[in-house]
Amino acid sequence: MSIVEPETRPYSREWLLSDRPTSRKQARLGRAYIVWRRFAENRLALVGLGILILLLVVAALADVLAPYNPVQGDLRNARLLPPGTAGYLLGTDDQGRDILSRLIHGSRLTLLVVVLVAVIAAPIGLIVGTVAGYAGGWIDAVLMRITDIFLAFPKLVLALALVAALGPGIENAILAIAVTSWPPYARIARAETLTFRHSEFIAAVKLMGASPFRIVLRHVMPLCLSSLIVRVTLDMAGIILIAAGLGFLGLGAQPPLPEWGAMIASGRRFILDQWWVAAMPGFAILIVSLGFNLLGDGLRDALDPKEAGQ
Amino acid sequence: MTGSPSPLLTVEDLRVTFPTRTGEVNAVRGVSFTLGKERLGIVGESGSGKSQTGRAIMGLTPGHAKITARKLAFGDRDLLAMPKTERRALRGKRIAMILQDPKYSLNPVSTIGRQIVETLKTHEKVSSAEAKSRALAMLEAVQIRDPERVFGLYPHEVSGGMGQRAMIAMMLICGPELLIADEPTSALDVTVQLEVLSILDKLVAERGMGLIFISHDLRLVSSFCDRVIVMYVGKIVEELPSANLADAQHPYTRGLLNCLPTIGSDRHPLPVLDRKREWAL
Amino acid sequence: MTLTDSTIATRRNRRRASSLLTAVLRFVVTAVTTFFGLLAVTFFIGRVVPIDPALAIVGDRAPAHVVERVREELGLNLPLYQQFYLYVKQALSGDFGTSVLTTNPVMTDIARVFPATIELATIGTLIGALLGVPLGVLAAVKRGSIADQVVRVIGLIGYSVPIFWLGLLSLVLFYARLNWVAYPGRIDIVYEYTFTPITGFYLLDAAWQGQWDVFWDVFRHVILPASLLGYFSLAYISRMTRSFMLNELSQEYVVAARAKGLSEARIIWFHALRNAAVPLVTVIALSYANLLEGSVLTETIFSWPGLGLYITNSLQNADMNAVLGGTLIIGSVFVGINIFSDLLYRTLDPRTRNR
Ligand SMILES: Nc1ncnc2c1ncn2[C@@H]1O[C@H](COP(=O)(O)OP(=O)(O)OP(=O)(O)O)[C@@H](O)[C@H]1O
Ligand SMILES: [Mg+2]
Repeated sequence: MSIVEPETRPYSREWLLSDRPTSRKQARLGRAYIVWRRFAENRLALVGLGILILLLVVAALADVLAPYNPVQGDLRNARLLPPGTAGYLLGTDDQGRDILSRLIHGSRLTLLVVVLVAVIAAPIGLIVGTVAGYAGGWIDAVLMRITDIFLAFPKLVLALALVAALGPGIENAILAIAVTSWPPYARIARAETLTFRHSEFIAAVKLMGASPFRIVLRHVMPLCLSSLIVRVTLDMAGIILIAAGLGFLGLGAQPPLPEWGAMIASGRRFILDQWWVAAMPGFAILIVSLGFNLLGDGLRDALDPKEAGQ
Repeated sequence: MTGSPSPLLTVEDLRVTFPTRTGEVNAVRGVSFTLGKERLGIVGESGSGKSQTGRAIMGLTPGHAKITARKLAFGDRDLLAMPKTERRALRGKRIAMILQDPKYSLNPVSTIGRQIVETLKTHEKVSSAEAKSRALAMLEAVQIRDPERVFGLYPHEVSGGMGQRAMIAMMLICGPELLIADEPTSALDVTVQLEVLSILDKLVAERGMGLIFISHDLRLVSSFCDRVIVMYVGKIVEELPSANLADAQHPYTRGLLNCLPTIGSDRHPLPVLDRKREWAL
Repeated sequence: MTLTDSTIATRRNRRRASSLLTAVLRFVVTAVTTFFGLLAVTFFIGRVVPIDPALAIVGDRAPAHVVERVREELGLNLPLYQQFYLYVKQALSGDFGTSVLTTNPVMTDIARVFPATIELATIGTLIGALLGVPLGVLAAVKRGSIADQVVRVIGLIGYSVPIFWLGLLSLVLFYARLNWVAYPGRIDIVYEYTFTPITGFYLLDAAWQGQWDVFWDVFRHVILPASLLGYFSLAYISRMTRSFMLNELSQEYVVAARAKGLSEARIIWFHALRNAAVPLVTVIALSYANLLEGSVLTETIFSWPGLGLYITNSLQNADMNAVLGGTLIIGSVFVGINIFSDLLYRTLDPRTRNR
């Protein structure tokens, strides 16, 4: 080769966008950079990202940010104060607790639910899907049949029944939501696996004597990750809504935990006169799930430009 | 031909520009020609703007594109100045267009008969019975042997050649004066190509239509048309009667000619189409 | 062509019929295995997950001899596979046990409350489809315009808002403040005794009997929860319609239709939408099924005496038989709707019709 690439400073724009990466790291970072640029062009997606970063910050700094104790209220002086009362930006509830403080602390519960469900459900779906797709035959048939059966239940209804059997509580709610969430992930992972099951590089790895277990774990699963991540992100909003629904029905987090859905339920009694008690947590849920939806849409468009704008 | 008082179609300095994120794409850059009741071929390599020229004449350019022309007239009617509804009334009635691939250009969920009748009913007040009998007659005219049956079939139920004949029937049923055929045989099997071409040939001759025949096959165009326009990157680089093809001056046309295989001669190395930046200027 | 028209036609019809038969057969097999799967899941939830299923069914407030009797009845002392066999046998004969709350057989209860849910979900889907499809078409045709953005935002909020919260707020606004709609419930107490429903679908029944005052009252009750459910299905339907229409409008047959001189309206609403309708049917069926799920929370808010309210009431009272019976019914309807939409898809698309 006589063509000499002009020297580019590592990590500069040119270095990232180079069409002749010199190392694996450069190639990976370059691809990530391109995805990021496509993502960043989408203003709504950035708004979504902003909302989630805010959620993370609020959850992390809840103790510092919350002006009051979220579970211990001022029953004597601060019952059902309307929003904007001095010191109580979003008003107080029937126990004299500052709603803002409760929302701030409740963000931790929301994050907890979302993260735990993703951590439980995504790997289950990934394993079921990749094994079914890679093994084929009757293993595939059986696994997919089971997946379809779980898909046949509406998520919320199945989660309700599960929590009813397990008993109310946030841990059980998380478990129930996770059990109802994995099937779509299995479907996606299987579909991805099928697309490259017979590809050259899998054949090559096989020739080198890798065991099926190793092939699935090291070569198939990583390739399914990006579409899985998009799907999980898109599902987060639904997970938050189901968790809130369970909380609202009294099956999720128990009082006095400041779970947003349960807060709406407890504000229901005052809805006609003290609307803010139920309204504020609803806004919090709406904003956070909107954030996840915007982020998920943006991620999908950035990773799969074919679908962009559709 | 060019000397006749009011030609069927006059195109002067036609330009089609697409605004895109990375800047403007000039798909057609100042194309001029006139057409009488004759056959004009447009050839050029892929992306040279042949289809966009045809679609601009039809009024089918995508909405976001910009069209300008010093003159774009059908007979003595200015196509660019007329209201949209009048332009639409011309389409299918007096100017028609055949697309490349019947697999995609026929509506998959509607029967062939319905799609032919639809053209007729859009432009003429006819009873359903009359529309059907005329559609059947048209199917017969494109040499479909069993028109009644094909009338009730869906596009996916017929072969490509049959589909393209149905397409021709659909477009010619109102008796247009000008037909634009955009690579009408490129998607077909070689054996069927000639059949469809001969049907087209016969109908154009019988009905006295003007024809613009778009193709990238110079040999085909020169045997089928009276006159040939050669396009390169949105411009006409050469215009000449098919009979005088051998006298082509422009190096690009000569290049295209040289690329045609000739039977009996063994050429090594295969000629490569030459492209020079200055031709596009 | 040596074959006559009629033989070809009969052949095609026969092929069509036999292919439809195999399709139906395949669906039946799927339906049966899925139904068994559903039974297995509800069995698992009812008998395996709880530490003491008998206690879970009668609730921990029940006296000891009741618990013991239920234990006997359920055959909890038998091995698990025998229990499952019994469970399936009972379920197949429509026996899901007795509701502790109402003391009726669960199946009787469900048959009584289900029409209310169907009525609500049907009206909701109608609203969602009748508004969602045109909005989606509009967004696709005017892609990138303000209208497109507005439709997108409406959809996004629909995806992100908690339904019970929106229900509460709309109740405050439209019932308490504006008094445009009736209070929660299905029918005014005045009519509760004078009106005898026939089918259980009150709107139809009232219209059928010519009781227009009842009709109006039922309408004022149903419109808010149905609109709420309709909004959710609108969010989904408009988004999918937009994406299907964008796909169709970029097809070559649309160019051909323009070349024929058809009006834009005909191209959009007849040609493109007719093609988009094929996958849209599945989407609308799915959103109908989703509304059955959405009705659980909506009915709770609006005191709508349907399956959703029945399930949540039973939940509050730890009435497991009722909960699992309701879950199973909703799951079965879900499967049924999916199969139905699949069959409908086949008849709508000529390309799959005779395959
Ligand atoms: N919607 C569009 N947006 C931007 N550019 C476009 C669009 N449609 C066409 N073009 C550009 O217009 C140019 C001419 O396209 P056209 O379809 O006329 O080519 P063609 O000569 O018919 O080629 P082919 O033989 O492949 O059909 C192409 O370079 C293409 O990139
Ligand atoms: Mg072309």
